[in-house]
Amino acid sequence: MAEKEYAYFCGCSLEGTAKEYDESIRAVMKALGVGLVEPDDWSCCGSTPAHTVSHVLAAALAARNLSLVEKMNKDVLTTPCPSCLMAFKKAQHGMTGSEEFKVEVNELLDEPYNCGVESKSSLQIIYEDIGLDAIAAKVTHMMPDLKVAPYYGCILSRPPEIANFDDPENPVSMDNVLMAAGVEVADFAFKLECCGAAFGVPKREMVNQLSYKVLEMAVDAGANCIAVACPLCQQNLDLRQGQVNSTMGSRFNIPIIYFTQLMGLAFGMSPKELGMDKVFVSADKITRRITKAEYEKIKEEEAAAKKPQKAKKEAAAEETNN
Amino acid sequence: MDTINLSEKTDWAFIEEVKKESGQNPSLCYQCGNCTGGCPYTQYFDYPVSVVMRLLQSGQKETILKSKAIWLCATCETCTTRCPCDVDVANIMDTLRIIARREGKVAEKDIQLFYDSFLDSMKKHGRIFEMGILMGYKMKSGHFMGDAELGPKVMSKGKISLFSKSIKGADKVAQIFNRFQEKAKKHG
Amino acid sequence: MRVGVFICHCGSNIAGTVDVAKVAEEARKMPGVAYATAYMYTCSEPGQKEITDAIERDKLDRVVVAACSPRMHENTFRRTVMKAGLNRYFFEQANIREHVSWIGLDKELNTKKAIDEVRMAVEKVKRNKPLFSTSFKVNKRVLVLGGGVAGMQAAIDCADGGLEVIMVEKSPSIGGMMARLDKTFPTVDCSICILGPKMVDVAQHDLIKLHAYSEIAEIKGYVGNYQIKIRKKPTYVDWTKCTGCGLCMEKCPTKNAYDHFNFGAAPTRAINIPFPQAIPKKATIDPEFCRQFVKGKCGVCAKVCPTGAINYEMQEEIITEDVGAIITATGYGLMGIENFKEYGAGRYPDVITGIQYERFLNASGPTSGHIIRPSDHEEPKTIVFISCVGSRDKSLGVPYCSNFCCMYIAKQAILTKDHIPDSQSYVFYMDIRSPGKGYDEFTRRAQEEYGAKYIRGRVSRIYPKGKKMVVRGADTLLGTQVEIEADLVVLGNAVVSAEGAAQMAEKLHISYDTHGFYVESHPKLRPVETNTSGVYLAGACQGPKDIPASVGQGSAAAAKVLALFSKDMLESDPAIANVNINTCVGCLKCVKTCPFQAIVEDTLRNGKKVAKVIETVCAGCGVCTSTCPCGAIQLQHFTDNQLLAEVNAICQK
Repeated sequence: MAEKEYAYFCGCSLEGTAKEYDESIRAVMKALGVGLVEPDDWSCCGSTPAHTVSHVLAAALAARNLSLVEKMNKDVLTTPCPSCLMAFKKAQHGMTGSEEFKVEVNELLDEPYNCGVESKSSLQIIYEDIGLDAIAAKVTHMMPDLKVAPYYGCILSRPPEIANFDDPENPVSMDNVLMAAGVEVADFAFKLECCGAAFGVPKREMVNQLSYKVLEMAVDAGANCIAVACPLCQQNLDLRQGQVNSTMGSRFNIPIIYFTQLMGLAFGMSPKELGMDKVFVSADKITRRITKAEYEKIKEEEAAAKKPQKAKKEAAAEETNN
Repeated sequence: MDTINLSEKTDWAFIEEVKKESGQNPSLCYQCGNCTGGCPYTQYFDYPVSVVMRLLQSGQKETILKSKAIWLCATCETCTTRCPCDVDVANIMDTLRIIARREGKVAEKDIQLFYDSFLDSMKKHGRIFEMGILMGYKMKSGHFMGDAELGPKVMSKGKISLFSKSIKGADKVAQIFNRFQEKAKKHG
Repeated sequence: MRVGVFICHCGSNIAGTVDVAKVAEEARKMPGVAYATAYMYTCSEPGQKEITDAIERDKLDRVVVAACSPRMHENTFRRTVMKAGLNRYFFEQANIREHVSWIGLDKELNTKKAIDEVRMAVEKVKRNKPLFSTSFKVNKRVLVLGGGVAGMQAAIDCADGGLEVIMVEKSPSIGGMMARLDKTFPTVDCSICILGPKMVDVAQHDLIKLHAYSEIAEIKGYVGNYQIKIRKKPTYVDWTKCTGCGLCMEKCPTKNAYDHFNFGAAPTRAINIPFPQAIPKKATIDPEFCRQFVKGKCGVCAKVCPTGAINYEMQEEIITEDVGAIITATGYGLMGIENFKEYGAGRYPDVITGIQYERFLNASGPTSGHIIRPSDHEEPKTIVFISCVGSRDKSLGVPYCSNFCCMYIAKQAILTKDHIPDSQSYVFYMDIRSPGKGYDEFTRRAQEEYGAKYIRGRVSRIYPKGKKMVVRGADTLLGTQVEIEADLVVLGNAVVSAEGAAQMAEKLHISYDTHGFYVESHPKLRPVETNTSGVYLAGACQGPKDIPASVGQGSAAAAKVLALFSKDMLESDPAIANVNINTCVGCLKCVKTCPFQAIVEDTLRNGKKVAKVIETVCAGCGVCTSTCPCGAIQLQHFTDNQLLAEVNAICQK
């Protein structure tokens, strides 16, 4: 039996274009002893489009799901998708902040929502509830060729009053999770810069330009892979990378991989199980794996080779001091 | 740019409307420009965010509601996060979109159509049927060939379904929309 | 008893919303009132004459004036009744302006409330007792807290006026912020060249005694007689032996100590003399970094010191000084920039603060006056200055303007061009605030003659791109986003209150605002006084201030002290606590609750233990009276009987 169990809302994207995110999260969570239970017959959170119609309608579409979670007697809901997360958090924020708003929202619902559910991103659950030690303990394989730019997307930690997680300007949770999984992480300045995904369909060129900046910065940072936590970012940067190249005259070929897929690889899971074959820019070349034991042996040998030099240097330093 | 006769052309009721619906006070903005400086979309906007805020402060309803800027905002929350005056700017942009929609003054028809296809799919199936949205959007917008090259790519990965599938409670989701529309009609 | 009541119109201030004639009419009906009238301006000369005439004519023995707050004119009217031969405490002032007319618009209700106020005052004044001040001797020595330019000016002016001055400075040298500056605006004259002589004056003045590297441990007493405990922090160097030769600093093996003087612009040694002109020019060991303290072995400085001044065993020392007045000139602090994650401040070495940049500009700074970028020590060509980093930022709890950043940024832009002629400076600003004499001309000069590009807008983001820092902000005048690829970014970070400002205020019994700045007695008319008599303010401890304003305040505070000390004796306020030894049961709860340590235990001749008030120390706060279980300790002029009479007066109707 799982040690911890959460209500889990995968959201529409993870049933379609972001299947591998769902598959890898389920695999990783299982390995970490966390159970995920889907609310029965959940519906779309409403996302951005509902917010252009009415705050009340948007909150009601989200709250329908939250009230399903209440019925499951769960008080925490986790969702991998930042867009769903924001829809839930904004509904919660609005309904707890104003009784009038709460009444208006509940008037649209069959089952009223009593504001008893806190929504957290799956990244937050992994970072805060499971913790880095538990992640590190599961690592069996290292990927020595991999250097990752962690890309959080714009709304995972913003605005701080609503997101209530990590830093709104320089988040570190994904960096730390990946490092705990033994992955080398690049110092990436565009962790939060918007890639434009929301407008992928109607505003293609604009989105290509925005994505270009993110991809360029990752390459500049020396990364050969971008780790993501958002299905829209992934689809936009991966599926449309070819479009970016033709619009901008660039030659990017950088895999866009969910951070949970990378965790799964470090845990020794098969690429197939993690949906690695579902991404468009293949990560096969950079995700060569060796066992942890092999990796440590190589490191020891390297250290041994360096040691005489270091000892010499220290002795020299001591000399000048005295 | 035309001279704006502020005595005659300041729409005070509009300022109050935005204030009430967004819960934000536009007078807090002192025009530092941080929102414009941080906005990833400034170069695509007809009016940068800080100018939208200024137009709002001066009650320039028509200009704002007909602007492309409010529709090109992706609610990335950068402006809200960095505003030194604690104004939830993204919320104001959201509110302006709602009002523009209500008054039938949407400048970015394609974006509205995309959103509408999204909401239609949701209303019909309870969840989002990605292929349905895409097709719906293409039909309505007339952009049949947009992103055409991506279709086969996605298909090959088995990620997108050609057939719609509704949830059991799809009618309940539709009910939410219906109740909302009834209420909206009642209140004019 | 014959009470006279005088209702003041205060022009329309009171009469506008209070029916003053009605109030006078009602007053006439109150028991004990022999005379009541309303007058246009009671505080004017004819207004006061009205009072003295009435006292004589109607044989009045008590007076009530219903007018403004007693904080404004209580002393005026006390003098008036004294002139007419009454004890000054036979006067009460009912506040019908701040408490009535200014806060309500309903004339009928206001009039009713004003009548109640007058009734209370009448009932109280009838029970007032004659009180007499005693005189006490003044200790004509003054304590100056802080050795920045404001404190130094105050100390020099006091000493030149013949007063003995004790100066306490928390850091190893006096000089404060000004000693760190390269040049000063708008004259661009060398800061240390004009400050140095003042520092030497402080050091050499016979009447100034300096305790550097010291802090205030305790303040006891009252105006005229304070006892100050000063904690001399251990420097681990015997300053009587140290010659300031600097050999220890040269040989110290710890090269990564934090340089407090340079605000971390570059590291320093664990034993150091902060700057060449330091006063006193003595070395101090930083035990946080010193190997002798961190690792328990080293001893290099002790080995090389030619005078054997190093003493690792040194302990802190508490010394006592008695003074009659205190000038607080504790200066300001700067907001940490680590909060600005969107600027990468604290992460990117080439994003620095204005004061760090100033140290690079300074010939005695860590780079000997060469501007460098910290990441690779190369000379920057494109420098971006950002003003209002934290200032005027409600989201960070700093809604105020930091006063002098606009000016020093203009100065630094000018100096940058002087140092690096082929450089280009950009300044992001929201408003240019330059209201001083010659100030606006100066900011114009930075643009017109030195070619600094001023951009009206805030910076939203800074990120690295290769060796450059990309500064992305808005030009709100162009209505667009702008980007600059800079070599170095200088942040004009907000001025905040000095570290420990609130705790110091509590020791001094003075007020401070929500930001930790000290509150003056009156924002316009008593700008250097505090609400605690004998304690004065100078410089930026009261709010962000530039050099001329700080110097002006230093002199002003000194003038106040000189005026205070022009008398040999001061009069005590008789409105203090008094113990009735017959009813005191000797529980001594009052001793424990008195915030001023003004109550002590006393033994009567019959052996009975009672509480005793030290008259000169009691501040008349009244805490003891509410603590006393048997009503034996009473605050004169505010006794239980007097206060209950007021309560009864409003409860009657």
